[in-house]
Amino acid sequence: MLVESPPEQRAASAPAPPNRRAIRVLGLLVSVVVLVLVALASIAVGAKELSLEQVWHGLFGASGTYGDVVVADRLSRTVLGLLAGAALGLAGAVLQALTRNPLADPGLLGINAGASAAVVTAITFFGVTSLSGYVWFAFLGASAVGALVWFLGGSRGATPVRLVLAGTAISAALYGYLQAIMILDDAALGRMRFWTVGSLASGSDEAIKQVVPFLLAGSLLALALARPLNAMAMGDDTAKALGANLNRTRALSMLAATVLCGAATAACGPIMFVGLMVPHLVRSFTGPDLRWILPYAAVLSPVLLLGADVIGRIVARPAEVQVGIVTAILGGPVFIFLVRRRRTAQL
Amino acid sequence: MNRLSAENVTLAYDQRVIAEQLSVEIPDNSFTVIVGPNACGKSTLLRALSRMLKPNEGRVLLDGQVIQSMPAKKVARTLGLLPQSSIAPDGITVGDLVGRGRYPHQGLLRQWSAEDERVVQESMARTGVAELAERYVDELSGGQRQRVWIAMALAQQTPLLLLDEPTTYLDIQHQIDVLDLCADLHEEHGRTLVAVLHDLNHAARYATHLIALRGGSVIAQGAPKDIVTAGLVEEVFGLRCQVIDDPETGTPLVVPAARTARARGRAEKTGAARAS
Amino acid sequence: MKTNRAVRTPGGLSFRLDVRAFTVVVLLLAVALAASVVLIGTGDFPMSAADVLRTLVGEGDAGQELIVNELRLPRVLVGLLVGASLGLGGALFQSVSRNPLGSPDVLGLTQGATAGALTVIVLFSGTANQVALGALVGGLVTGFAIYVLAWKRGVHGYRLVLVGIGVAAIVTAVNGYLLTKSDIVDAARAVVWMTGSLSGRDWDQVWPLLALCAVLVPLVLAHSGALRMMEMGDDVSYALGVRVERVRLLLMLSAVLLTASATAAAGPVSFVALTAPQLARRLTRAPGPNLVAAMCMGAALLVGADWVSQRAFGADQLPVGVVTGVLGGVYLLWLLVTERRAGRI
Repeated sequence: MLVESPPEQRAASAPAPPNRRAIRVLGLLVSVVVLVLVALASIAVGAKELSLEQVWHGLFGASGTYGDVVVADRLSRTVLGLLAGAALGLAGAVLQALTRNPLADPGLLGINAGASAAVVTAITFFGVTSLSGYVWFAFLGASAVGALVWFLGGSRGATPVRLVLAGTAISAALYGYLQAIMILDDAALGRMRFWTVGSLASGSDEAIKQVVPFLLAGSLLALALARPLNAMAMGDDTAKALGANLNRTRALSMLAATVLCGAATAACGPIMFVGLMVPHLVRSFTGPDLRWILPYAAVLSPVLLLGADVIGRIVARPAEVQVGIVTAILGGPVFIFLVRRRRTAQL
Repeated sequence: MNRLSAENVTLAYDQRVIAEQLSVEIPDNSFTVIVGPNACGKSTLLRALSRMLKPNEGRVLLDGQVIQSMPAKKVARTLGLLPQSSIAPDGITVGDLVGRGRYPHQGLLRQWSAEDERVVQESMARTGVAELAERYVDELSGGQRQRVWIAMALAQQTPLLLLDEPTTYLDIQHQIDVLDLCADLHEEHGRTLVAVLHDLNHAARYATHLIALRGGSVIAQGAPKDIVTAGLVEEVFGLRCQVIDDPETGTPLVVPAARTARARGRAEKTGAARAS
Repeated sequence: MKTNRAVRTPGGLSFRLDVRAFTVVVLLLAVALAASVVLIGTGDFPMSAADVLRTLVGEGDAGQELIVNELRLPRVLVGLLVGASLGLGGALFQSVSRNPLGSPDVLGLTQGATAGALTVIVLFSGTANQVALGALVGGLVTGFAIYVLAWKRGVHGYRLVLVGIGVAAIVTAVNGYLLTKSDIVDAARAVVWMTGSLSGRDWDQVWPLLALCAVLVPLVLAHSGALRMMEMGDDVSYALGVRVERVRLLLMLSAVLLTASATAAAGPVSFVALTAPQLARRLTRAPGPNLVAAMCMGAALLVGADWVSQRAFGADQLPVGVVTGVLGGVYLLWLLVTERRAGRI
């Protein structure tokens, strides 16, 4: 089921000529600028519209006005969106490279569902209510399911479709469990029906402090894996011949993906498709080199996530549509388009 | 009038045109082999002849009727196909798989007649898989599996049989086994066989009628002895070679030209090859 | 190992009988019916199996007649029909997609039906019948959308599954949105519906389901021969005289109708469609879609699960869907492990 790489990708696997490199650096800078703009929009747009001036005032000269309070509140949410978005994008890119599967995504592989199931368990059975408590459960759930999918998907002989199917099957089973708990426990239903759709609204300073170390560590690990993953992209035998340590790379990649997804999911709930979409969009102009894909994904994923969050705030004013819902509704069609574009024989 | 022919067909996958205005006659009671370089349209032509692919223009005729307009089971009783890709269902035995070839002869009230039983036994005996009847298809070697699929196509009992690269992925003695089997089917029972083959020498040895394709058009057709020349091979495959008599059968044998450094007495030989 | 028997009549008719598969079907039917009788006898007013049978043939007293004929019999019949429809629908989908996980749960059909039902519950606070209608419409629309989106010079198994996964994700998001929009009373009702339940089902649900099965089951079984051929790939089955795309469209339409109407009647009872065909197949040890066995297995599984849930948690405490979900989930993991060992999927 390997995707046939378009000509420009194949060309890109050769060392990039200087001008292409310059274009990529420029593109990255442009992306960062876009990210800053979206982040500002995320602070300015909402139930109460703020002018750019007010935003500036709230950010750099806060004096306790009403506008400043709103800014501070939205700032936490925006920072959470930035971090979680980057985490999901990086995790998606790493998983896609690791499984050599363009369809891999923390949501599709069941890691999100594992984190959700663990958090529901924490709420219902252990009475955990704080985000700091969620994080550990989310990690536990995410890593357990990550390992299970990896094992059931065939571990070393993993084929793309088997991993996706194993992930989907486990997700389905875990969502069944979620439902049973929500029926039996009204309080859990009250909390979970908002948590499971994924939202940035829970962002608070304390929450952010809790997940930041994990997100940073995971991101650094992911970025460091670019080179060995590049080698693995050419097939196990070639990678071995190039001197890559396959087992270590695989284990570290799973670790990075799990840490990133677990932390992001703990903070915002399960958010589908960011990790699937962005690496794909990025790959269409960076080519298959992970040294470029990863930074781009880290910058553009928060653009998507914060953008979806802003859209969710606008479309149903004064109520909000949770960001997880917006991303799935935007991401689902992209996924179907990607599946359709592939030729039958390769599926 | 031959039973199977294609008239001015244009063949395409989506927008990608493989062949335009192609006309081919399959002589009755022949063992026709279609050869050509990769992507010349030989498998595509076979797919069109077996109604897997509907021509964008033109028509494929079977017994004087447009093949697409005929009832599917009626075609399946006249024309069989051994495709390149086939899936053996999980946990199916050889006997059961071969039995599935009887599908076009069966109906709701006629599910498994004595005739079905007899034909299946005969097909398995013919292909040498009778002793494997109770084995699972997943357990067989590649060569055995290919013979099982051929047995299934035989059980269909069609006067015309089309084979798409039946020797691919087989080792050399199994390739020859399969081709000998095809030749027997053709000679003993007068079936019309059409096969796509990669190996030009196999084609030249076994075919009674050869069709050479390149870029979606017929470059030459006829008995191998009449058409296989160094010039044709160079034109169709872009390969310099000599054509000599096969010491076993007297059919043409293509010997590719060696790289200059390794050729023995290269001056006069290449000269001779060019001249022929 | 050879269990096929051919039965031939002098008039030239011949039939094929797989002895083992036939035995399995008979046993499963017996299990389903026995479980039904026990289930009818279970509840606040317990009855012995003998009493139930006596009442069913019209020999019971007035109280028993009321309880059996008006309350418990329709519920059990809905269970049997829903289980059979889901089993058959699942077997069809798995066979068409050539994938043991290609069930309506994974392909997003049940999620689509759920979306229809949630719309009615949350936006219109509709009655139970309106909810059922909404589910039916939602399932049919989703099935149609998946087929159209997966269509590209024919429908290919993996593409069908993957497109279904995409559609399922979108519809799940919509469902999540509807849940967050609802007040807590509607939300609780929605969650119970989403789990699948047989409680309170009566003759109004039985008749439409029965009518649909009476039409679709014979239609599907008449095409089971073609479906067997299609397991060998499109090319082979085409060469054997199967009109592949036409048969596939017909069977998928039937499967969508079966699944959507079953979901409309009892809610999205999870995992029956996924597990029943796989269990049936392992019991019959026969290749092929095993349609009849899957149907009987679905009926037995659902009625059995309903009985377990009533015995274990008390009457109507936990919907049957939770039990099928747990049974199915455990079974699914086992399936994946064994498939992995056998190097399949």
